[in-house]
Amino acid sequence: MEKAQQFLVERLGLGGIIEIAKHKTVPLHRHSYWYYWGGISLFCFIVQVFTGILLMLYYRPGPEAHESVRQLTYELHFGWLIRSVHIWSASLFLFSVFVHMFSVFFMKAYRAPREFSWFTGLGLLGLGMVFGFSGYLLPMDDLAYFATKVGLEMPKIIPVVGTQLSYLALGGVEVSEITVQRFFALHSVILPMLFLPLLGLHLWLVQTHGSAVPPSEEEKPEPERKSIPFFPNFMAKDLAMWLITLNVIAVLAALFPGQLGEPADSLKSAPIGIHPEWYFMSQFQTLKVLGRILPGSIGEIAGMFLFTAGLVLWLLVPFFDVREKAALRARNTTYFGILVIVGLIVMTVWGYLGVR
Amino acid sequence: MSDRTIDNAAATVGSATPEEHDDFTRRGFVKVVAGGVGLAYLVALGYPIYRYLHSPVEASEAMAAVKEVGLKDADKLPKGSALMFKFGLRPSVLIHHLPDPAHPNDEWVALTAVCTHMGCTVAYNPATNHLECHCHGGVYDANSGDNISGPPPRPLKKYLVKVAPGIVTVSRT
Repeated sequence: MEKAQQFLVERLGLGGIIEIAKHKTVPLHRHSYWYYWGGISLFCFIVQVFTGILLMLYYRPGPEAHESVRQLTYELHFGWLIRSVHIWSASLFLFSVFVHMFSVFFMKAYRAPREFSWFTGLGLLGLGMVFGFSGYLLPMDDLAYFATKVGLEMPKIIPVVGTQLSYLALGGVEVSEITVQRFFALHSVILPMLFLPLLGLHLWLVQTHGSAVPPSEEEKPEPERKSIPFFPNFMAKDLAMWLITLNVIAVLAALFPGQLGEPADSLKSAPIGIHPEWYFMSQFQTLKVLGRILPGSIGEIAGMFLFTAGLVLWLLVPFFDVREKAALRARNTTYFGILVIVGLIVMTVWGYLGVR
Repeated sequence: MSDRTIDNAAATVGSATPEEHDDFTRRGFVKVVAGGVGLAYLVALGYPIYRYLHSPVEASEAMAAVKEVGLKDADKLPKGSALMFKFGLRPSVLIHHLPDPAHPNDEWVALTAVCTHMGCTVAYNPATNHLECHCHGGVYDANSGDNISGPPPRPLKKYLVKVAPGIVTVSRT
């Protein structure tokens, strides 16, 4: 047994990985809890890949899209479960990524040398939202139809090329079978091809720089800081979190299975109470409110400007809040984070209240 | 990096002065040509791909460009109700209004049914005589198509309507 192990280690050059695993540690302090959320996101992504492949075995994009999802949901054994897990795990993925991002933000883990962990992480979140948007159309029911229509109305605000960009994404001037086909290719081929290498880089950077500690820990002298070995101690805890996540997904999927509406029909009016998924709710509500208080298209333009400016500021935070600069910047950055999180929550809750 | 290599190249020639570095060198020429060829390749590869992706848009635009639509038996539409139809590809609505002394010429009205805000299909509400959008709460007047309240920036476009026995013809104004 030991000989076989030695054989593999030598042939596959595993010595380096074993060395890393032996010495890798995870800091231990009163905010350590937040370290799990990256792992939870990763687990949800793995669930998405697994259930996504299972769904792909029966899903037929194009004119039969709605019918194939109906069969899958209501006729195949456990089709409803696979689909519901895919839907809930998508939501949970984005939720855990948001938690992960805000914990990184408030622990100031984006500071040097981890700027690229921040950028790649935001890239993964962006791709995750495009995953959500494109996946939402695939069942081609009435909600999916109007969600996509509204979503692709937004690029039209971009001057000169906006309308053509929107038409190119739609494959026409309206949402149609061609749009479903395109979104399917995007959702199951193009996005994974972009996501996986970016995820690889993100994880590699975590290996390279280790886990960041919050400023309160950084101030402590080295001997006072505690840490635990990654393998097996932290990994065991990580796996326990994955198990809890799996249970949460299973319970949600079983109690609140994914629904399928009527087939999309452009002549039917949008269903009453239509609203986007929760992760687009704050933007939806902001546009709605701005549309009410500002005349004409100015509301939309103001909304798009607000989102773009906010996103750029958010992205560039590592260059503003640097360790060497005055404490004022660090404090202002924290205030900015609080403003963003409160804004997102208020607009989301407001949106849901408005729907009722 | 490139400065250093240019310096090396100049050093091998031996007689180069600093001014000559800014001149049109062989290296610079190759760079421009290579860049141009690269760009040409990019266009040559990109154009067919763009056209390939764009072809259904063209077909769809052609279908959307109709000037007139005939709705069979739509003249039998009861007063106070509406009929949804497609003008080309555009969801549209034909409304047969109840007699209204304020709008004597608006017994038959045809409007696009696509909300000018975010493109959802609007619904006719006979109780209020409004067209309503459930996505973001836009409201339009069902006679003129004017946006009355909510976020819509523009009124709904109105079509010309001709009613004949057995057919209602809707055309662009």
